[in-house]
Amino acid sequence: MKKENLLIWFSGAVVGLLAVLLVLFGNPLNMGFCIACFERDIAGALGLHRAAVVQYIRPEILGIVLGAFIAGYSSKEFRPEGGSSTITRFFLGILVMIGALVFLGCPLRMMIRLGGGDLNALVALVGFIVGIAVGVYFLKSGFDLGRAREQRTFSAWVLPIVMVGLLLLLILAPVFNPDAGGPIFFSIEGPGAQHAVIAISLIAGLLVGFLAQKSRLCLAGGVRDWMLIKDSYLIKGFIAIIAVVLIGNILIGILGITGTNTPVFNLGFAEQPVAHAEHLWNFLGMALVGLGSILLGGCPLRQLVLAGNGNTDSSISVLGMIVGAAISHNFMLAASPKGVPDFAKYAVIGGLIICLAVGALNREKA
Amino acid sequence: MAVEVDVRGLSCPLPVVKTKKAIDESSNGEIIVLVDSQVSKQNVTRLAENKGYSVNVESVGDEFRLKLKKGE
Repeated sequence: MKKENLLIWFSGAVVGLLAVLLVLFGNPLNMGFCIACFERDIAGALGLHRAAVVQYIRPEILGIVLGAFIAGYSSKEFRPEGGSSTITRFFLGILVMIGALVFLGCPLRMMIRLGGGDLNALVALVGFIVGIAVGVYFLKSGFDLGRAREQRTFSAWVLPIVMVGLLLLLILAPVFNPDAGGPIFFSIEGPGAQHAVIAISLIAGLLVGFLAQKSRLCLAGGVRDWMLIKDSYLIKGFIAIIAVVLIGNILIGILGITGTNTPVFNLGFAEQPVAHAEHLWNFLGMALVGLGSILLGGCPLRQLVLAGNGNTDSSISVLGMIVGAAISHNFMLAASPKGVPDFAKYAVIGGLIICLAVGALNREKA
Repeated sequence: MAVEVDVRGLSCPLPVVKTKKAIDESSNGEIIVLVDSQVSKQNVTRLAENKGYSVNVESVGDEFRLKLKKGE
């Protein structure tokens, strides 16, 4: 097998394995890794939203950015660049997060949920593919957010430094406003209260960031490249993640392994962890994530990796996603296992319309 | 005259999209692609090889000049 292909299979498999292990070590069920959920938890910990059950500074996110940063520097691929429709990318980040929090997961968690037998993720996957297909249509008809230019190295260091700062806030856990109980807020119940110890989460993040930088792993890119040029490179990572999570969950059941949380393979739509069964909104939520990710040039995971690799536009889309999480929860746009609130439905439809406009209005001048 | 495609500063997957367009439209089979990142270099090379092109990579400072030739 070509070295390149081995790397993408390996990266996907490691991500899948860590996703299963992190649940055993304490992360929420079917949520060993989730970029959207974890950025949402970070927004909550900082008090940007006050949903008490989803507040924690997730070291996995910090690790991914820093792992990609290390991989970029060690291979001399770190490149400070940016300036390609930056503000558009900020808002696309917000919209991708709104879509993800209606489905309750980013493309990565969608794969992990599928591996856990959650068929709602299958409905979402169809939506995701439809969203990507629309994005591919725009790409074929000349969609382009413009060229990035070289930036000062300092700008490219900003997000990685912010991640180190967040790590300090996590470890020191200061309470800035004792009357309010935070920030920094830490959930005492719900998904935000379920997490592996800091060191394990951080190491897992570093590994994923490092490998994803090397292999270019991107959950939206896999489907996109297949549709666009019949290139199956990235989709291998996508398949490896589902396969390893699926096998891991089933093996844990057979061998009777238990952990802080014990992953189970439970095929069906009902009673799935941190999920709801409103099919239309799972479909449309992920369609928004798929389309938004194509316009951004990569899925939420890929944005973190690119940000660690010096792309300041991706840094901005990451910040957009964190702000998007705050907007989602403050304006009651986020779904919960109880279902999808009405405002969320308007937001998803509005988000899709905005993405269509971004796709249609950003074409290369002939 | 070889067709020249400048994809510097463009993010994924635009370098590949633009190279594919040039390949589809090309008549004489020689295309020069200017790229500025390892990722784009690898992606364009993979596309070209899948399309039956040979790829010759030349480093120009931090950038790369890829010479795509049909059928070798």
